[in-house]
Amino acid sequence: MTMFEAVLLTIVTAATPLLIASIGQLVVERSGVLNLGMEGMMIMGAASGFAVAILTGSSWIGITAAIASGMAMSLVFAALTLGLAANQVASGLALSIFGLGLSGVIGAPFIGARRDAMPKLDVPLLSELPLIGKLVFGHDPFVYASFALVIGAWWFLTRTRPGLVLRACGENHVSAHALGYHVLRIRLLAILFGGACAGLAGAYLSLVYTPFWSPGMTAGRGWIALAIVVFATWQPWRAVAGAYIFGGITILQLHAQGFGIRIPSQFLAALPYLVTITALVIIMSRRDGQQTAPGSLGKPFVPDR
Amino acid sequence: MIRLVLEKREDGTRWMSLLSPLIAVALTLVSGALMFAAMGIDPGKALGVYFLSPLSDSWALQELAVKATPLVLISVGLSLCYLSNNWNIGAEGQFVVGAICGSWVALASHGTVAGTPYASMIFPVMMLAGMLGGAAFAAIPAILKTRFSASEILTSLMLVYVAELLLDWLVRGPWRDPKGFNFPQTVMFGPEAQAFRLMGDGRVNIGSVIAVIVVAMAALLLARSLKGFEIRLVGEAPRAARFAGFDDKRLTWAVFAMSGALAGLAGIIEVSGTMGQLQPSISPGYGFTAIIVAFLGRLNPIGCLIAGVFLAITFIGGENAQIALRLPLDVTRVFQGMLLFYVLACDALLNWRVTFLGRKGAAA
Repeated sequence: MTMFEAVLLTIVTAATPLLIASIGQLVVERSGVLNLGMEGMMIMGAASGFAVAILTGSSWIGITAAIASGMAMSLVFAALTLGLAANQVASGLALSIFGLGLSGVIGAPFIGARRDAMPKLDVPLLSELPLIGKLVFGHDPFVYASFALVIGAWWFLTRTRPGLVLRACGENHVSAHALGYHVLRIRLLAILFGGACAGLAGAYLSLVYTPFWSPGMTAGRGWIALAIVVFATWQPWRAVAGAYIFGGITILQLHAQGFGIRIPSQFLAALPYLVTITALVIIMSRRDGQQTAPGSLGKPFVPDR
Repeated sequence: MIRLVLEKREDGTRWMSLLSPLIAVALTLVSGALMFAAMGIDPGKALGVYFLSPLSDSWALQELAVKATPLVLISVGLSLCYLSNNWNIGAEGQFVVGAICGSWVALASHGTVAGTPYASMIFPVMMLAGMLGGAAFAAIPAILKTRFSASEILTSLMLVYVAELLLDWLVRGPWRDPKGFNFPQTVMFGPEAQAFRLMGDGRVNIGSVIAVIVVAMAALLLARSLKGFEIRLVGEAPRAARFAGFDDKRLTWAVFAMSGALAGLAGIIEVSGTMGQLQPSISPGYGFTAIIVAFLGRLNPIGCLIAGVFLAITFIGGENAQIALRLPLDVTRVFQGMLLFYVLACDALLNWRVTFLGRKGAAA
């Protein structure tokens, strides 16, 4: 394998958790809910996924546990923001703080434990193709799952009736309610989907990407996933571009450090965050950027009887 | 199936607005007891370590004041932001940049002014530099919001990571103490650059007094000044505020600058008052915990003072529990997250009358 191929492959692994998480968040935001608890749900997925995988010896059970824990976390958020119409920004922050803490408690006994990364899918013959072979066919199952999620989310949002209803709730919840749609029920399902995606993304970090548990290992990826949704102007396909650009920057700054580029490593490490800010500014300062945000995003909804 | 229905409350609920934070604290304690029981630890003993041991003696009480000071300072600033619907969640970064800017004064003057008449000016200048630095750093999300409508939530948070990396670079690189055996830290500040200790060799420093003064000033600002009215009006009724001629962009600038300045002030007080030097990590998450303090204090400066002391208890209790019960420090964060959940849930009870309906009512 050439150096170039190796770099491209690591970019894929860096981008995949971002892509999975941002697709989940994208669907949530399209339903009109802003869940800032992404970071907390993701790291809970990482901790519980790794812990369960160690205890049971099965990565797949670990992944299931990660998804379940992400959904359980998102249920708390839903209870507060939908059930009690609490402030979404504050509730999401609470979820992030809570998740960072609880994951530390859950993960504490597993610090230092190691598991082999999940095996990559090897398609006979096809994986042997030069360049294309390794890039298209030689990945772990998560990579394919992430693209299935993109296609699924795109198809659901733009080509199905429930997807249309979900978008209607996000654009104008009063009108959607007047038309007889159950805004809160739809939002609950969207939030649960977002939690499941966040848990899955977290499991990828601790079971494939590193693969071990360390406290705070998400390192702001949940927040970057939120930024990718804005960068993607709430379109699933553009989220792919966003996730791969950010994944690429993360990997390139690591390699730049390896090549001994004479810039302090901290400056390179700050690059993904600075690029995120720059991307937000560029997208939002374009005129269409502001108009694409779902109209009811972040506003609590209380149905009047 | 039973479902709950929310109805807007019209009646006055002043007593409940005082009661709801207390209910939230009580619920947190109950949940904490359940959590400890689930972990196989005697809940009574664990809660005692967390919430009573920090109040046990005068040393612990001083430590409490030291920990509460940054929380109170930061949360008062954040309250101004949140009241006016500006979501500054990057106070941790503004804290760090304030500490860096203030420390720059201390390091630049190190060993040159001790014993001269200028020595007494060093600490005030450090505080000023810290406030300016924090305000300038907070101005970045403010300008990105007002000029480019980029979400201040994301930009202010991203800048936290940038600030922490900047600090890391400074203490490992240009500002490292050359005689410090390669430890990543600056020289110890001279006595002129360290915050004045209130009780001889005790831990409490002048910062705690400053925090109380800031609380009083902010309470006056909010309750008695036009600016305070503007902050509350823009938050509660943005359209009405616009008709009244208030400029919400200028207000965004003002509240970000104020909260950044207070976070920066907290940063330099922490460094010069309790550490005496810069280190790679100077905060156990004060900037994030202060968000919880602001909400627990009902976005009211005096409330922030009380809530700040309470959350300081959890920090010290967490450290004690780490030693006495071998619990990970993260348990503190679990408590803090749960507390914010309950605060938000109890606040809902202020705004809405919650009724449970059976299936018949749900169909209506």
